Amino acid sequence: MTDPTPRRVIPIKVEPPGSLTPAERATVLAACARLKSMPGALLPVLHAVQEALSFVPKDAVPLIALELNLSIAEVHGVVSFYHYFLQQRPGRHVFHVCRAEACQALGSVALEAHVKKRLGVDYHGTMSDGSVTLEPVYCLGNCALGPSLMIDQRLHGRVTPERFDELLAQSREPA
Amino acid sequence: MKIYVPRDAAAQGMGADETAAAIAEEAKRRGIEIALVRNGSRGLLWLEPLVEVEVACTRLAYGPVQAHDVAGLFDAGFTTGQAHALGHGATEDIPYFKNQNRLTFARVGVTDPRSLEDYLSHGGYRGLAAALAMQPADIVASVTASGLRGRGGAAFPAGIKWKTVLGAQNPQKYIVCNADEGDSGTFSDRMLMEGDPFVLIEGMTIAGLATGANRGFIYLRWEYPLAKIALEAAIAAAHAADYLGQNIRGSGKAFELEVRMGAGAYICGEETSLLESLEGKRGQVRFKPPLPALQGLFGKPTVINNVITYASVPIILDRGAAFYQHFGMGRSRGTLPMQLAGNVKFGGLVEIAFGMTLRELLYDYGGGSFSGRPLRAVQVGGPLGAYLPESQFDTPLDYEAFAAIKGMLGHGGIVAFDDTVDMAAQARYAMEFCAIESCGKCTPCRIGSTRGVEVIDRLIAGENAAKQETILRDLCETLTYGSLCALGGLTPYPVISALNHFPLDFVKPVKAASASG
Repeated sequence: MTDPTPRRVIPIKVEPPGSLTPAERATVLAACARLKSMPGALLPVLHAVQEALSFVPKDAVPLIALELNLSIAEVHGVVSFYHYFLQQRPGRHVFHVCRAEACQALGSVALEAHVKKRLGVDYHGTMSDGSVTLEPVYCLGNCALGPSLMIDQRLHGRVTPERFDELLAQSREPA
Repeated sequence: MKIYVPRDAAAQGMGADETAAAIAEEAKRRGIEIALVRNGSRGLLWLEPLVEVEVACTRLAYGPVQAHDVAGLFDAGFTTGQAHALGHGATEDIPYFKNQNRLTFARVGVTDPRSLEDYLSHGGYRGLAAALAMQPADIVASVTASGLRGRGGAAFPAGIKWKTVLGAQNPQKYIVCNADEGDSGTFSDRMLMEGDPFVLIEGMTIAGLATGANRGFIYLRWEYPLAKIALEAAIAAAHAADYLGQNIRGSGKAFELEVRMGAGAYICGEETSLLESLEGKRGQVRFKPPLPALQGLFGKPTVINNVITYASVPIILDRGAAFYQHFGMGRSRGTLPMQLAGNVKFGGLVEIAFGMTLRELLYDYGGGSFSGRPLRAVQVGGPLGAYLPESQFDTPLDYEAFAAIKGMLGHGGIVAFDDTVDMAAQARYAMEFCAIESCGKCTPCRIGSTRGVEVIDRLIAGENAAKQETILRDLCETLTYGSLCALGGLTPYPVISALNHFPLDFVKPVKAASASG
């Protein structure tokens, strides 16, 4: 044989592709580096990513999988299993309206209808101006003082439709 | 002078932070020197924000105090205990509070949850001191003798679980606290973690000593951010004073503890799902056996109990098993912190010995409905608990008595509904909730819950109703006997109880008439 064809090298892309900004990438990598030695690190990592970026971007999943030595399917499976992890970028504020029985006994079904109408979105939706994302929650542990609403991490009790409108107005004020 | 304004989430939800800020500002403006303590909640939740002023060693209650009430309170001289329309006299003389048996909740609302010193001066860590002087088997024997049963809902005797873990041969064992309190109508875990986090830490440390486990995890739901802050502050304080760490109070014994956050999955309150979640996986139920006591977290022997179970242990070790066992009735020993929720006038936390009737709790404590209308149905034990009609209100609060009427006491949550409730809608919601929260591992729960919603929709719509009811009952039987865990297994409780006790709500013409009337 003469002139053997040079060995073909198939490039293996170790770095998962993606559209994360450099800052987002750095955030995800930092969370992994800080937490990956913990036993059962995936949930703490996802919490850290969501806390920093307000959601878990789709393109963070392969990166986390690589860093924690998991498959993409495993990480995606976990992100999508838990209601708290958001897969889309939320609005500036996240409203969690309690749908559970104790709040129902105090009129949460009517409140829910009012909230959806006022925000113009259903659950998991974000207002058109990007100010508020609406999420359901099943119990906030405020069952004697319902209906309950959590805005970001802050609880509000005895939320009437009127009270909701006040809270919404406060949330939409420019910071 | 000390003024107490709770930092509890329920109080915060009613404006306690604003009230506290207003008090600090008003005192400064008037040149009155005060020490503002952010305590836990006393559990008289309809009075939140409940402000207490310490006058001559007595704490006087004022509530509910909004920020705009503060100037008026100062004008009336509340800092010296003067009368005011919002005044209720001494907190500990308020009948709602006075008639309780506060054992587990002895310090909640009393102490500053950030202060280890306060905890120690109110009897804290006496249980641990007793445990450090005992052999592991004796600690377990003491917990067994107290009759303490798991307070998370399943009511399994704690001592037996601990004994299994103690007997397991493995150098690595774990103590796991189930703080994924997802049942609607319950908030005792939250109140305890926010109001007295040290007692949970002490109880878990004792469990570690009793079983030979040197590492613990508190699996906390994300919905409780203030509990996380309180627990982490308490863990740091306990660590700094050698109540946690590699050499607990110089005993040579080690116990490390950390808080892990859940992410909004009701199923993770089921113990094996919780363990999966702690391991960083989807919260899917495991087959049993193997029992978590033998192969639990990361495959190691694991004690997994609820917050209130661990928090009840220090007083058992401190005062003795007989003291605790003396409270209660039948096989339900000690106290249960009941939570009065939903449509009740005086909602809150009532820690009492087992044996009081539901009616006494609803009317003597709860004061009837919040709306002023008659109470029609009560759901006891969370979203998987039965709906009880008025005719069953005389059932005593006891695990066995509730099991006898096909209900469950569960985690002690009581949700009251007035006569505007549509029980068919509640039954439908129970199935819907099961469909949303099912982990998907077993078929009856995963698919049966969705089919259940559809059948109830057809039943309510009156499409061949008799047949739909037969299908619904049959489906519920499949769920009960075919599901892997309590979510699928107990969802039929609220559905069937609603159907049995409130059949007319499922009948179309009556619904139409009541809707227009």
